Amino acid sequence: MGKVLYWEDVTEGQEIPPLVKHPTTQQLVKYAGASGDFYQIHYDKDFALSNGLPNVIIHGALKNAWLAQLITDWIGEYGTLKKLSCQYRAMDLPGDTLTAKGRVVRKYVQDGRHYVECEIWIENSKGERTTPGAATVILPSRTNPLGV
Amino acid sequence: MTTALQQVVDALQAAVGRQSEPVTYDVEIGHIRRFAEAIGDPNPLYTDEVAARRSRYGGIIAPPTFLRAFPPKPLPLPEISLTRRLDGGSEWEYFEPVRPGDRITVVQRLADVRLREGRLGTMLFITREIVYTNQFGQVVATQRSTGIVY
Repeated sequence: MGKVLYWEDVTEGQEIPPLVKHPTTQQLVKYAGASGDFYQIHYDKDFALSNGLPNVIIHGALKNAWLAQLITDWIGEYGTLKKLSCQYRAMDLPGDTLTAKGRVVRKYVQDGRHYVECEIWIENSKGERTTPGAATVILPSRTNPLGV
Repeated sequence: MTTALQQVVDALQAAVGRQSEPVTYDVEIGHIRRFAEAIGDPNPLYTDEVAARRSRYGGIIAPPTFLRAFPPKPLPLPEISLTRRLDGGSEWEYFEPVRPGDRITVVQRLADVRLREGRLGTMLFITREIVYTNQFGQVVATQRSTGIVY
């Protein structure tokens, strides 16, 4: 299932291939149903406006899911996602184009495991980082391909 | 800040460390599929039994944030007069894959309560640590989740 990303092939400062999303109000309803998060600010515009919001807003956890996809698409089946975090610093709205991006910050070996730390974020179409975060992954090594 | 709000904050801070009752959920294959479709992630590990069977995992697994669909029971906390809420963010740590047929038990613990002045006025940041344990007693993941009420 796809290529293997080896630890040796990752360099600090390297960019992670970006992931572009075009969220719609329909997707927010699907996410509400699949996650069970039925807070009305995500699908009831009148409710959102009465809460002082500009429109219905995207579930933070949906943006979290895209940041997870950014990483799992990049590391492939043989990479292991160990830590994933993000902060919802600004709201994102359906209809905008959002891009999940990331960059390798550090790579190291600890207890025989090959780790990579990344900064990750979601950027809106104005280029603002609305959702900064971080991820730590374990990758296979060419010296120990199954040691994940 | 009003005295009433300060009293709520004091009561919440006194409740740090309090845990919820456990709740157990069954991981259903159709739910994983629906969740993967909702987030728009076409990874075959989440939906394609053949591809997933041939993979390192030996079968379908759930996406990393699928556990959001398994909320913990509420914490016994004092009433909060602030009614508007936002999600502040999450920190996940992963230990084991989540598979169809798993039974996941969820417990949350109140970890931190603090007040901050933000763009939307006085905001209360409430952080919970959620632990997800499977039917083998393995912790599959933890999530530190911060909610904002204002």
